[in-house]
Amino acid sequence: MNLFSDPRWGEALAHLPDYLGNHVRVSVAALALGLAVSLPLAIAARNRRVMRGALLSLASIVQTVPGLALLALFYPLLLALAALTLSWFGFGFSAFGFLPAVLALALYSMLPVLRNTITGLDGVEPAILEAAKGVGMTPRQSLFTVELPLALPVMMAGIRTAAVWVIGTATLSTPIGQTSLGNYIFAGLQTQNWVFVLFGCLAAATLALAVDQLLALVENGLRQRNRLRAMLGGAGIAALVAVTLVPSMARSSNYVVGAKTFTEQYVLSALIAQRLRAAGFSATSREGLGSNVIFEALKSNDIDAYVDYSGTLWVNQFHRGDSRPREQLLDELKAVLAKQDITLLGELGFANAYALVMPKKRAEALGIHSIADLAAHAPTMSLAADYEFFSRPEWASLQKAYGLSFRAQRQMQPDFMYAAAASGEVDVIAGYTSDGLIAKYDLVVLEDSRHAIPPYDAIVLLSPRRADDQALQAAIKPLLGKIDIADMREANLRAAGGDGASSPDAVARWLWEKIGKR
Amino acid sequence: MPTAPLIAYAHVGKSFDGGRGAERVIAVDDVSLEVAEGEFLAIVGGSGSGKTTLLRLTNRLIEADTGHITIEGADVRAVDPVQLRRRIGYVFQSGGLFPHLSVADNIGVTPKLLGTSAAEISARVGELLDLVRLDRAQHRDRLPEALSGGQRQRVGVARALAAHPRIVLMDEPFGALDPLTRDALGDDYRALHNKLKLTTVMITHDMTEAILLADRVVVMRGGRLLAEGTPAELSASYDPYVGELLRTPRRQAERLGALLPRGGAA
Repeated sequence: MNLFSDPRWGEALAHLPDYLGNHVRVSVAALALGLAVSLPLAIAARNRRVMRGALLSLASIVQTVPGLALLALFYPLLLALAALTLSWFGFGFSAFGFLPAVLALALYSMLPVLRNTITGLDGVEPAILEAAKGVGMTPRQSLFTVELPLALPVMMAGIRTAAVWVIGTATLSTPIGQTSLGNYIFAGLQTQNWVFVLFGCLAAATLALAVDQLLALVENGLRQRNRLRAMLGGAGIAALVAVTLVPSMARSSNYVVGAKTFTEQYVLSALIAQRLRAAGFSATSREGLGSNVIFEALKSNDIDAYVDYSGTLWVNQFHRGDSRPREQLLDELKAVLAKQDITLLGELGFANAYALVMPKKRAEALGIHSIADLAAHAPTMSLAADYEFFSRPEWASLQKAYGLSFRAQRQMQPDFMYAAAASGEVDVIAGYTSDGLIAKYDLVVLEDSRHAIPPYDAIVLLSPRRADDQALQAAIKPLLGKIDIADMREANLRAAGGDGASSPDAVARWLWEKIGKR
Repeated sequence: MPTAPLIAYAHVGKSFDGGRGAERVIAVDDVSLEVAEGEFLAIVGGSGSGKTTLLRLTNRLIEADTGHITIEGADVRAVDPVQLRRRIGYVFQSGGLFPHLSVADNIGVTPKLLGTSAAEISARVGELLDLVRLDRAQHRDRLPEALSGGQRQRVGVARALAAHPRIVLMDEPFGALDPLTRDALGDDYRALHNKLKLTTVMITHDMTEAILLADRVVVMRGGRLLAEGTPAELSASYDPYVGELLRTPRRQAERLGALLPRGGAA
């Protein structure tokens, strides 16, 4: 298929006003905040050696923290802060999306601005400083009429660097709930939609380049004392910001549906959003959210609904190490969720549990049917899992229940695990029971006869604000109990198909057609 | 010779931190000196003689450790330093012009700080450009980088005179210029000094320049005053260093006289 006739380009383009607008807004806010903090600090620090050293080291340390980690750290920090203000002053704020993204990115922008402002001010010749004093300027007049104007070109170079960094790093704010051009990249990576990945990278790079060039115009204008050029650059930036502000005025959705970072979540979130739209509401998806982020976002009403898994909540949110039979666990979960005003609307019908998976032929050859059978062979085998499995209680529980011990353990991007198992690169993987790739690669799920892994029923959760929302519940209820494991596996397989029919929206429509007939 | 001193230094001392455990460097050591109104005083000395420090103490660019400096009868320490600097003209070594401001903005900087109206400043800038013999139309809007060294120093002089000071302090103003420009600028300034009834303190390392321009010359070495007087009085000094300073230009003049017989262009 011709790369450019792929219908997914059109779909990507349709998201552009939303993603680009949010991206520019969060970048501009972060840069503005970064400048507002860095400039006075740099000016205050220029003649104070200790403060200056401390500031530059601190900013350098911040810079060494990977962007994704910095963004991720701000979420729990703000969450704790919001809880504090709520209990002390009676008001909280949303620790989701915009605010943590702006704060983390602003921090990230500080180093080049601080460094260049200090360097620029240092570069002003002592003879000029003495002249300023000698003609009768106060220190303040000297700063504003002589030192800052002379340092401006160097400062602008720092601001340019900061702008490019912020725009680039803003793509990583998707997992903490800030829509950005990163949505293309995260969604694309999860659903193997390379058109989206490419589109997101191109859009972010183009934006960064455009802003860099406009700021270069301002910088050169200042350097050559060419007002026209400087103003042209400034007007360009202002126009860019204004254009991205326009669509945001118009849009506001009735409902926001969340999705975690994997394919199935993208499909289910698209499905719920479609049902809401079919019922006459406007609905948007907030995709690519981390497991904890999404739960907290629901709790604080930043999203209205999403699909989680009973075992995940049981273990992650309520820190329970003990397992329960399926029904009992659901009942208990419903009760503890209700205490946090969260509604467990019901189960979708399938479960997506961790499971040990291996090639069917090899399992048959070795006579392995269950994990208990596997235990004897494990010391000669390697096990691959996603990034969190080995630190999760399920793994501890499996080891304890079956005395499992593998020759080697590896971590992998989940989408590549199944192929690795099929090709024999690893012997066993910790896969997900609803993954379509299990059937595709002719793999088999090993039976957990001792119930070491808790049940993972897919359940729909509603935010406190939507507890009594009959319209929302009516729109989602037709999905409950209708999606069996075979449907979900096929949907997941389709979504990983890598063609025009594989977008989450298209797969969600297919899934609805299939279950709607029942 | 005019009567009441306009500037008086009484037992003025200043030392600087030598850095890293080194002893303090004494820059100015117990200097007493008076400058009469209307006088053109030249302070001559080599590098490290303390002449620049003494000049900078005058308008409080740095503060004296000991002694008193009085201007128009008032101790400079009793005056706000910013106000003091605004009413004393200061010509910096190689101009000290603000590179991001036009000639007109450089010249008008002190009047502007004093709150003079834009129209008045503009008129004053024109006057001053005439006074320092720069073409109004041609130079007004140029940036300092587009000027020659001599033109820059003329702008520096114009800037120092902009707020109608009675006193002008000059820090080796003509040191970096070629000999012809230097001579022309020196003569022009001396004429301005007379015309505007200024009181000028100029520091220089060049005894010839001092003798040719100043009413009175002071010689400094190692922070102390070695000798002072009119050029004629100085030549009566028995100090060997002063003698050396005076003999050198004379010897040069004599050698030049011998090497360049008169006639032709010379």
